[in-house]
Amino acid sequence: MTPEQARRAITEALSQIAPETDPGSLAPDADLRDALELDSLDFLRVVETLSERTGQRIDEDDYPQLATMASAVKFLAAR
Amino acid sequence: MPVLGADMDEGTLLEWLVKPGDQVRRGDAIAVVDTAKSAIEVESFHTGTIDRLVVGIGETVPVGTVLATIAEPGGEGARAAAQPEAQPARKRPPRKSAARTRQRRQPVAAGEALPGTASPPVRHLARQLGVDLAALTGTGPGGAVTRADVQREAAARAPATKPVIRPPQPAAGTVAARQPVTPLARRVAAELSIDVAALTGSGPDGAVREADVRRALSAARQLPQQAVAEEAAVTPAAAGGPPTRPAAPQPATRAPAGERVQAMRQAIGRLMARSKREVPHYYLSNTVDMASAMDWLHQRNRELEVTERLVPAALLLKAAALAARQIPQLNGYWEDDHFTPGAAVHLGVAISLRGGGLVTPAIHAAADLRPAELMTQLRDLVTRARGGRLRRAELTDATITVTNLGDQGVETVFGVIYPPQVALVGIGKIIERPVAVGGLIGARPVVVTTLSADHRASDGYTGARYLAALSELLQRPEEL
Repeated sequence: MTPEQARRAITEALSQIAPETDPGSLAPDADLRDALELDSLDFLRVVETLSERTGQRIDEDDYPQLATMASAVKFLAAR
Repeated sequence: MPVLGADMDEGTLLEWLVKPGDQVRRGDAIAVVDTAKSAIEVESFHTGTIDRLVVGIGETVPVGTVLATIAEPGGEGARAAAQPEAQPARKRPPRKSAARTRQRRQPVAAGEALPGTASPPVRHLARQLGVDLAALTGTGPGGAVTRADVQREAAARAPATKPVIRPPQPAAGTVAARQPVTPLARRVAAELSIDVAALTGSGPDGAVREADVRRALSAARQLPQQAVAEEAAVTPAAAGGPPTRPAAPQPATRAPAGERVQAMRQAIGRLMARSKREVPHYYLSNTVDMASAMDWLHQRNRELEVTERLVPAALLLKAAALAARQIPQLNGYWEDDHFTPGAAVHLGVAISLRGGGLVTPAIHAAADLRPAELMTQLRDLVTRARGGRLRRAELTDATITVTNLGDQGVETVFGVIYPPQVALVGIGKIIERPVAVGGLIGARPVVVTTLSADHRASDGYTGARYLAALSELLQRPEEL
């Protein structure tokens, strides 16, 4: 998966869970959960959506790598 | 109009789910009512045949108003439906409003609603289904567009053999699927009111995936430009990889209008002011070692797919419910100068709404649910609280409430009790702290649990036992 595809998948997943926000405009190193006010259930849905869309298994140990857009893109693109 | 929650004293009829002549059983949903907080399904309190619908769509009436009459089988005639017999306990001062029944006015209309106007939930549905409200002729009062109008229009535009868009299922997980459906797809379909049984799956073994659901929705929307929709439907499935088409339509949580937010603030304000005025609160707090619980959770989640993983909140809620069963003096209502214990632990959960405000629907019999079941119900409840419909019982039955602000980074929360309940449990953020265990200091996850309790119903000693029980339970997560 290219970084661009990863970025798009993440942005789409975030937009679904927090439709009133604009994840595309976030700073690359902004904390996604803080910036978009995601609670733990919202975050789980983001993981679920990403996992299904990309076909990649995302373990709980991987969650810290989904903290920011930059780290999440890096994580998904590396696979 | 039955009681809709402790802070709601009137409701607006959005939709009738039945018509005269329909057979209903006690507990069947018969109408959808809008309040400042949520659209709520109201159930029948009797079994029989619907005789007459008394309140019209769009009317705002106070709690206690007869909504419809029901002829009972073999009975002497029609009686008031949705008028709880055994539930007058939670009475409140009569409203002083001169007009007992009044027509709800649309913000723009001075008198009659303008043709094409619609209530927020109907507008929301129209957005989801891609229906242009302005093009519709409403059949509601004053030409207002109803849910049924929108659905009719959407159905008329959908191709006969394509996805069938049906009214929302009252309960999650009731869709009978012949082919496998991923849990995410199932939930998204429920949110968007799409029947998964009518979809073609693109996943392994023909499994319906979330992308299939969204594609069905865009296909229904883009019917006029059918070629575009057809093409979009082919690309991602064939590739087997991630979808490459542009952003899918957004499910959109219900965007509360300014008016709605203000009404919600007023409702919350009235109830909380009453609580602080009438309820003598006492407050306790206890720091709980979460090392065992977090280890157990982590081990368990490691083996599971993301859809089956638990969040710490599920364990904390389960423990809070079990502790309430152990200390029944905190589980119930203070009414008419005495305490009535709850028959079961119906655990109210404070859920913040995107856009402001909160609702506190109940998870019924939470102490009897396994953590995984509780987690499923919690997710369903949050989804419906933010986007769909809650059931009336969920908003009236809570016997004790939990507020969990841990996700917001707060260490400690002392809440305000929801009268007539007598206790509110606060849960903060799970955080690593230096803790001495067996004479050695180590870093361990801890959480601050608090209790706000009604001193009329219990004393600090009882409250302390509750928090101790909660802590004990969390040390043996495998037994929760």
